[in-house]
Amino acid sequence: MKPAPFAYHRPTTLDDAVRLLAELAPREGRVLAGGQSLAPMMAFRLARPAHLIDINAVAGLDGLAVRDGALRVGACVRHADFHRPVKDGALGVMLATVVRHIAHYPIRLRGTFCGSLAHADPAAEWCVVAVTLNAELVAVSVKGERLLAAESFFRGAMETALEPDELLSEARLPLLPDDTRFGFAEFSRRAGDYAQAMALAVLHLDGAAIAAPRIGLGGVEAAPRRIAAAEEILQGEAPAVEVFRAAAGAAAAAIEPLQDPQTDAQYRRELAEAMVYRALMRACPPGGAQA
Amino acid sequence: MNDTVDVTLNVNGRDHLLRLEPRRTLLDAIREECGLTGTHMGCEHGVCGACTVLVDGKPTRACLMFAVQAQGAAIRTIEGLAAGDALHPVQCAFIAHHGVQCGFCTPGFLMLAAGVLEHDPDISDDELLEVLSSNLCRCTGYQNIVAAVRAVIAEWRGGAA
Repeated sequence: MKPAPFAYHRPTTLDDAVRLLAELAPREGRVLAGGQSLAPMMAFRLARPAHLIDINAVAGLDGLAVRDGALRVGACVRHADFHRPVKDGALGVMLATVVRHIAHYPIRLRGTFCGSLAHADPAAEWCVVAVTLNAELVAVSVKGERLLAAESFFRGAMETALEPDELLSEARLPLLPDDTRFGFAEFSRRAGDYAQAMALAVLHLDGAAIAAPRIGLGGVEAAPRRIAAAEEILQGEAPAVEVFRAAAGAAAAAIEPLQDPQTDAQYRRELAEAMVYRALMRACPPGGAQA
Repeated sequence: MNDTVDVTLNVNGRDHLLRLEPRRTLLDAIREECGLTGTHMGCEHGVCGACTVLVDGKPTRACLMFAVQAQGAAIRTIEGLAAGDALHPVQCAFIAHHGVQCGFCTPGFLMLAAGVLEHDPDISDDELLEVLSSNLCRCTGYQNIVAAVRAVIAEWRGGAA
């Protein structure tokens, strides 16, 4: 349970960090942020980076601010920074709700939002949020900056659109209108354990009808994604148990579930269905819908 | 590749001048280089919380941080929790409420509880339970651990009223 040897680098500017990454990425160099996923993988020697570029001392990566209609989350912003709503309105409440499902308190004090996206574990909560809201992600390298859409960022389990020499310096989450409703539901065997399935529902009510519904699913496939088949069923309908059940059923039918020794495909499919239903009920309980 | 680096760790107010490989975790350094074995080694992959120490006041899994990263930080371990012979209130409460069974998880729970109470004394009971779920007690003595920490909070709030 000891990591393999590596050389340690601690840049203090973003320029130095990406310069080091350009030089060391071809030699098994990796970025170290919170380390709450990378360090265990190194202990198991599932990861054996020859160089770690620790970005914790890089100036300017801990920013958390609203600009141009988006919440900008810097690469060293910790999960725990979202324990209290970071701003008024639906987005702050959503992030404060979701963060409670991430691992445990000491892990949340150290692990980072952007690190979670770059690591791209299929069961990562922030990846579902990023995909569902279609966050914009900023990748920096010595060649400059690229803006990536979250919906095409996650390529598979622990695979992203980031190039080896790119550092995810910021995530930009679009602010949500005040009338946004959301519901989040997650299933895991133990408090703080990896999700076996989770769903995020985000929608508005236009009069009595559901408008612009977004259903994001995570923990069920190799990468999180929105489920168009479920969204189409919800669009324009009045919130009702039967509608929510139909949407949840459509989501369950649309996925190719991961399997692991504890969770076979059929069980995970049923969990996904239950999570979509619960997320919708939390977003918009029928009966309370006209309020 | 197995090159060492010089690191100064400030543990419980005392500087330790160490020469170690970057791959040494903070846990390894505290136990083996600083000789402070009160911090326990459990799972070594961040699941059990036995190695919880305070890094700049924040409860941290010492197995998930490299020692070289802790340079410049104030590290507090179980050896630094009591003030001389006066036990920390959380330690007293663990004794009074029998929050200790085999004792293996105890240093981690004490540092977790002390860290969160010093940082957030107004924590709600729901949040407290969620925080205490961070660490494992294989004796499953959770009820008494929760009772001990609740007692500390009740005493602080009673005293302040």
